[in-house]
Amino acid sequence: MLKVENLNKSFGEKRVLRNLNLEFERGNITMITGESGVGKTTLIRILCGLETYDSGKIIFLDEDNRGENSIGLVFQNLNLFPHFTVMKNIIYPLIKAKKMEKRKAILRAKELIDMLGLSGLEDHYEYQLSGGQRQRVAIARALAMEPNYLCFDEPTSALDYKLRDNVGKILQKVASKGRGVIVITHDREFAKKYGDKIYELKNTDN
Amino acid sequence: MDYLVEIAPFLLEGFKTTLWVFAITALFSIPLGIIVCLLRLSKIKIISLITQGYILIMRGTPLLLQIIFVYFGLPIMGIVLNRELSVSIAFILNYAAYFGEIFRGGINSIDIGQFEAAKVLRLPKTTTYLGIILPQVFKIVLPSLGNELITLVKDTSLVYTLGLGDILRAAKTLSNKDATIMPLFIAGGIYLIFIWFVTLVLKEVEKRFEYYR
Repeated sequence: MLKVENLNKSFGEKRVLRNLNLEFERGNITMITGESGVGKTTLIRILCGLETYDSGKIIFLDEDNRGENSIGLVFQNLNLFPHFTVMKNIIYPLIKAKKMEKRKAILRAKELIDMLGLSGLEDHYEYQLSGGQRQRVAIARALAMEPNYLCFDEPTSALDYKLRDNVGKILQKVASKGRGVIVITHDREFAKKYGDKIYELKNTDN
Repeated sequence: MDYLVEIAPFLLEGFKTTLWVFAITALFSIPLGIIVCLLRLSKIKIISLITQGYILIMRGTPLLLQIIFVYFGLPIMGIVLNRELSVSIAFILNYAAYFGEIFRGGINSIDIGQFEAAKVLRLPKTTTYLGIILPQVFKIVLPSLGNELITLVKDTSLVYTLGLGDILRAAKTLSNKDATIMPLFIAGGIYLIFIWFVTLVLKEVEKRFEYYR
């Protein structure tokens, strides 16, 4: 379980998160909804170590807790590496950050490529892919690091209405492998359909 | 035509100097420029400030003066260098400042998301720069880099200050001796051909970076 206790965060005068308490279970999909500007993105940026916080606690309560390595993120705008092929996007962090042998990294990447329906696109670059394919590459890249928790920032916002269910199914697949899935979305319908738990963040001003 | 054959050896001898000054400067100032850029972007204020001072001096004073300073000025502090070394150091330090600023512009134009993605994927900082950021920066800065290299070809003529004989000096000497401006025209032609060649090489390098968008 990942616990957030009394988390506070301000940007200058503006208080974004106030005494926030949340729990994320592994194997579950937790949706975080709320209007724009309530700090949804700030929250997961803090969880992923991209942003500092003022006070409170973030606790990973897992036997195989690997600290920061326990969490991954699929950015809203994906941030794929445009100068790398699909394959290299996935294996590069494995080789450089996890010090994995290249041969093993490729094997792991191939599994994910199969699972996410990206077969045949291994040698493509980002600009050669459709929006949905790009997103699945970003998911594969994050999953390859085997995080206990994986965050998604607005995974349906850039996609066709029809493709939302594909994303939902991927989220379920990821959760079924025992990972905690944490999703920011302002799509309430999507949140209700796929979320095991829904948090609604409220404006904390005053 | 006979005259051309007669003066060609002198001009080519001078061109050798032009060539080595160009080559040695290009070879060392580009990597040094990357280092200058990273120091300039350092979060440690004093390092960034010192680097900014260095860039200001290099870009704010004539290269000619810098060459004179290295050769005639440094001996006052007990550092005596020969002419070739003086020229090399002055050119490399000067051009590294310009390249440093070009690279800084390139790094600033990379989406912050690339740095953040690298961070979330736990890539070490050095790997992030060497593997993710700099390859993308190169593609962006290549045209500016090429501009600077072409300027460098022509700047090499400044070595005459220290009495080194480059192609332009050889042409001038011949021109005075034979009372004709023909050698200067021919020297101009050689510059042109060389820069044409540099341009072709740059184009080829840019093509290599076209594999992604």
